[in-house]
Amino acid sequence: MSLETLLASFATVMALVSALLVVWQRSAVVSALFLVLNLGSVAILFLTLGGEFLAAVQVIVYAGAIMVLFLFVIMLLNPAPPKQRFASGPVVTGLTFGLGVVFVAALVRGVMSLAGSGQEMSAVGPGYGSTRSIGELLFTDYLYPFELTGVLLLVAMVGAVVLARRQHHEEV
Amino acid sequence: MPLASYIGLSAVLFVIGVLGVLLKRNALVMFMSIELMLNAVNVALAAFARHHGGLDGQIFVFFVMAVAAAEAAVGLAIFIALFRLRKTTDVTEFNLMRW
Repeated sequence: MSLETLLASFATVMALVSALLVVWQRSAVVSALFLVLNLGSVAILFLTLGGEFLAAVQVIVYAGAIMVLFLFVIMLLNPAPPKQRFASGPVVTGLTFGLGVVFVAALVRGVMSLAGSGQEMSAVGPGYGSTRSIGELLFTDYLYPFELTGVLLLVAMVGAVVLARRQHHEEV
Repeated sequence: MPLASYIGLSAVLFVIGVLGVLLKRNALVMFMSIELMLNAVNVALAAFARHHGGLDGQIFVFFVMAVAAAEAAVGLAIFIALFRLRKTTDVTEFNLMRW
């Protein structure tokens, strides 16, 4: 077994276990920390897929920026942990889990039906997924979407400030 | 690992995210489950990009991450505004639009 396969299998198990724990935990802070673990595992998976730039962005943007925002809001609001683990009773919860298992089985069966038709990854050059190659694509073929993303982030920033601002009804 | 194991993992992660949104009552944890789903899709996109040997899938992952960042900022601001109004993040308590 090559090192890459070993790493990918390890990251797969970590991602699955941490994702389940995100849903299973009662406390929002612990859920958030398991989500960080999940995002880290996905970053390792990106590495095994040759996406070194994506892995770095995953850690910096997702595990760094977004999860810090999440933890900040959780600790700011500090909601009391709920008495129940899930919103519905045990019957509905069990039924939902059962449907989830059926859905996963159908999806995996669909994936496995592809198994015969050339599943091996194609060979790629050493520059695949590097910052340089991604950057070249972003500033040539994907220039307009890239610029639009900048506008989107600006709109989101302004929107977040407007929404979270304290509204002084008595003054207006 | 072959393509099928990545896609299988992506499917399972996505369903775990769906279960989180359906079953949890804390709005913040539901939001984290949405992030789980976005990540599952990212894994599939990166795996297909590697499978075809192109980089367009990875560019798409990059854009999904940017949209996720924007969505997280706006969504969390909405939760802060809701918390000011209702003093809770329990979604079963939010019934402003119910009549």
